[in-house]
Amino acid sequence: MTKFCSERIAKYAFEYAYLNNRKTVTAVHKANIMKLADGLFLESCRQVATKYPSIKYNEIIVDNCCMQLVSKPEQFNVMVTPNLYGNLVANTAAGIAGGTGVMPGGNVGADHAVFEQGASAGNVGNEKLLEQKKANPVALLLSSAMMLRHLQFPSFADRLETAVKRVISDGKYMTKDLGGASTTQEVVDAVIATLH
Amino acid sequence: MATTRSIPLLKRLIARSQPSRSVTYMHRPGAGSPRPDGSPRQVTLIPGDGIGPLATNAVEQVMEAMHAPVYFEKFEVHGNMKKFPEEVLDSIRRNKVCIKGGLATPMGGGVSSLNVFLRKELDLYASLVNCFNMKGLPTRHDNVDIVVIRENTEGEYAGLEHEVVPGVVESLKVITKFCSERIASYAFEYAYLNNRKKVTAVHKANIMKLADGLFLEACREVAQKYPDIQYNEIIVDNCCMQLVSRPEQFDVMVTPNLYGNLVANTAAGICGGTGVMPGGNVGAEHAVFEQGASAGNVGKDSMVKKKTANPVALLLSSAMMLRHLQFPSFADRLENAVQRVILDGKVRTKDLGGSNTTQEVVDAVIHALAR
Repeated sequence: MTKFCSERIAKYAFEYAYLNNRKTVTAVHKANIMKLADGLFLESCRQVATKYPSIKYNEIIVDNCCMQLVSKPEQFNVMVTPNLYGNLVANTAAGIAGGTGVMPGGNVGADHAVFEQGASAGNVGNEKLLEQKKANPVALLLSSAMMLRHLQFPSFADRLETAVKRVISDGKYMTKDLGGASTTQEVVDAVIATLH
Repeated sequence: MATTRSIPLLKRLIARSQPSRSVTYMHRPGAGSPRPDGSPRQVTLIPGDGIGPLATNAVEQVMEAMHAPVYFEKFEVHGNMKKFPEEVLDSIRRNKVCIKGGLATPMGGGVSSLNVFLRKELDLYASLVNCFNMKGLPTRHDNVDIVVIRENTEGEYAGLEHEVVPGVVESLKVITKFCSERIASYAFEYAYLNNRKKVTAVHKANIMKLADGLFLEACREVAQKYPDIQYNEIIVDNCCMQLVSRPEQFDVMVTPNLYGNLVANTAAGICGGTGVMPGGNVGAEHAVFEQGASAGNVGKDSMVKKKTANPVALLLSSAMMLRHLQFPSFADRLENAVQRVILDGKVRTKDLGGSNTTQEVVDAVIHALAR
């Protein structure tokens, strides 16, 4: 755990919150046990927080965080975490909101960005999904909308997101993980049809 | 490898589904005692910090009302003490069983957690949290009955960290074959003695190939000795996701230290919160019972002032303790009373959606005992 990396992830989190009109940033840690390592992470977060007085900042211990996630997830907004906790928190949060088949995400650096399915669990899927071609394309479609925004094509991104959201809310074409029985291609056709 | 001493120990941690046996009525502890050494059972009691004293007080009251044959030896320990008082350790070593409230851990600084210290000192290598749906407590998922068995002594929480240069901290995660084997043996033996069908190992061996790989190897070796029990493995991030979508698929879960902490708290949250789930820390020689999941075990100041802490978790843990001490009928009476109070739904603390104080819940349980 280094001050350099903790600082830059904290800066990214607060800048993201600021640019996207998010109200709260929560740091997830276990500094009561790992005093030096997570203590360093927290220090960096606190330092960066002072530069954004309009954004609320709070801290939560990771085990309490997991429990709050399953009882009152609406209290969380932007969460900044170190690597391991982030893996688990992201997958738990994705599960709460519908599963890893629908949550978008990406990996961002100073110079490059790689967009992929949000939460990492099952991102290769199992063989059955491959054979029957029933993988859920929604996550990657929403990630590609994020990519379009990143490339500065907000109107295309909006069209794509609206189309995907309408397909989900119609509920007619959904893959198995969302409770339906459609194949990937059927979902794609539905999205394309909605685009028009 | 369950020794002949740990089998009775494990048996006593059996969950509520044992039929109660009839016992010869004993007026007071020590009167015509059937115990081999003739003395009443003494248990160390540590009220702890924050809401701890409220919860342990609840246990004392209920034990008194039941005329349970246990005497409490009370000690004051607080999280901000420099070290764990030697007399308390001696007491636990003598009594072999302890029940405690949470000890506050100061953040940062040089004082390490006394909860962790106690577990290491007494080598309480298994942390047990039983998360199950309670009738009358509606939750999003039904049919949940998960026991999380978490390695308590090594792994990421061993506290081995140092600052290499200013601004760079190294934290060591240590996993040993010895500890992995004994926690796996404990998990399978627990499953066997409690008629559980499946043990799931939680790991991240695709990234931490050596550390979690060692843990998995130990689990696989032990699994072979129990052909009747299903064994499977799940990567921890997938596990978190499955826990929030389909928790009914899990039965007994065995995990290293860090994942166990998070999995136990997530499972407890799914079943109603840390205010209701019982648990304990078990070693080869000693057992310390406390509120199951660790989050919020000291509670908030507002809960302490208004005395609205939920005593159910510690009451159920004390029922586990009664079974451990070989008093299954008292344990059954206590658990039935608590479950009846939850089912009635009239008296509940704030975390379960009610607005009663701790004392009101205790009174309701004592009243339900009499029925």
